Amino acid sequence: MLRVLNVEKTFNKGTINEKRALNGLNLELQDGDFVTVIGGNGAGKSTMLNVIAGVYPIDRGQIILHGENISTWPEHKRARFEGRVFQDPMKGTAANMQIQENLAMAYRRGLKRGLKWAITKEEHARYHEALKTLNLGLEDRMTAKVGLLSGGQRQALTLLMATLRKPELLLLDEHTAALDPKTSAKVLELTRQIVEENKLTTLMITHNMKDAIRMGNRLVMMHEGRIIYQASGEEKEHLQVSELLEKFEQAAGDAFANDRMILG
Amino acid sequence: MSLLLNLQDAVSQGILWGVMVLGVYITFRLLDVADLTVDGSFATGGAVCAVLLINGWNPVIATVMGMLGGAAAGAVTGILHTLCEIPAILAGILTQLALYSINLRIMGKANVSMANVDSIFSWLVDATGWKQSQAALLIGAVLAVLIILALYWFFGTEIGAAIRATGNNEAMVRALGENTKKIKIIGLALSNGLVGLSGALICQSQKFADVNSGLGAIVIGLAAIVIGEILLGRLHSFGSKLAAVVVGAAIYFMIRAFVIWLGLNTNDMKLISAVIVVLALSIPVLSQKWKIRRSYAKGGQ
Repeated sequence: MLRVLNVEKTFNKGTINEKRALNGLNLELQDGDFVTVIGGNGAGKSTMLNVIAGVYPIDRGQIILHGENISTWPEHKRARFEGRVFQDPMKGTAANMQIQENLAMAYRRGLKRGLKWAITKEEHARYHEALKTLNLGLEDRMTAKVGLLSGGQRQALTLLMATLRKPELLLLDEHTAALDPKTSAKVLELTRQIVEENKLTTLMITHNMKDAIRMGNRLVMMHEGRIIYQASGEEKEHLQVSELLEKFEQAAGDAFANDRMILG
Repeated sequence: MSLLLNLQDAVSQGILWGVMVLGVYITFRLLDVADLTVDGSFATGGAVCAVLLINGWNPVIATVMGMLGGAAAGAVTGILHTLCEIPAILAGILTQLALYSINLRIMGKANVSMANVDSIFSWLVDATGWKQSQAALLIGAVLAVLIILALYWFFGTEIGAAIRATGNNEAMVRALGENTKKIKIIGLALSNGLVGLSGALICQSQKFADVNSGLGAIVIGLAAIVIGEILLGRLHSFGSKLAAVVVGAAIYFMIRAFVIWLGLNTNDMKLISAVIVVLALSIPVLSQKWKIRRSYAKGGQ
């Protein structure tokens, strides 16, 4: 459903800070794929997600969704197909707005906004049910401002918002990295639950190799702006963290051990 | 003139200016943009309205045209800010500067007297025999209530919610499929439309339009907002926040009347306005710091 073909992206071209973030990136996702993405700092993982989401324009290559070339579409137009959760829990929600108002914004992702009420009665009931699935008691605080919630609660809410209107593609950019281990595990479990229930095609970046092996049906490893190793099915299920490190050293010719990935 | 009479006049002026302050509130508090178009678009609203009235237009239509003139100015600032990516403050200053020339072109001269033309206040004065300021008070109050109700409705709609969300978190709004450039242009046009409307009302109540009438309007707007928030800060509903803005404007003009009664002149009021805004913005920050420092206990022994 998604094809990323030979995509190149260089930041600050022609300056001393030139950084080649994507260097002939190729990736193909089938419907229902749940792909975890690992790689060191600066490998281009976030850039990959951001160019798919349309945050930055690409220099070369194509991004094709369902046969349509969306390479030059603006971010807000691509949002029709894509649900996103960011690393920073503050980034996915509007702090000064109510929980239900945030959900109502998300429920209209990809729809035309007009002069109809931002929240209808029928929606209120729908959001109440949806919040219950988070098991955080947020369904009783629907008119509370989101700014009052903790980082983990906000991230769980963002995940719910990203999937409230079923996206064709769910993009998760290290969405548990800023959370404490316990909350992180909870949000990951929620992710698995939501993705499985809705059979969402998902691209999830993580710094945690164990999570990368445990979650999803495919795993890709990035280095210097391209994919250097892929595993799926049986091979992925039986992967060990030590094997991944070895694979990295082989492919990159470089020691991985210094990276914070190993801490995960 | 007695202070009491001055105060009544001040309240009626304050409510008409309150319409402008509602506009400033939309950009400053909801959209989180410091929009300096206001000083220009206020005069534009007055200039358009005055010229049309002198040419015999219907006062209601002339007032609406003044509002649209302000909205157009706001849209220009919005386009400069979003499409040309000029920082919001600079975009506002540029529009404001350009509007000075445009307003002079509209009026043909710096000051236009409207002593004998019909206005939306004159029919009420003719019909009831009230004074101008009483007519302005009644019409201003009715208009302010209608505008607050309209804004309350608008910011509860999908577009209104998108404007509030954009002021909170632009990246989120884009990720949820809305074009934040469009939203900002709508917000700035709406805001300056209200500013232009206020300019049109004020020129009719004062019976003249002046190219400098908007000078310092943004500071008056900010002062009125902070006065309203300090006095009615405990109110949390959106409607009462909007009402607090208009109350703040009325109180600002009462303070002004008092200052003038004390023997200072209106030009001194600019200094006083600036001081009010500086105090209102800095006192919460400084008192917070002072509290934190005071609550520090050495301990550790």
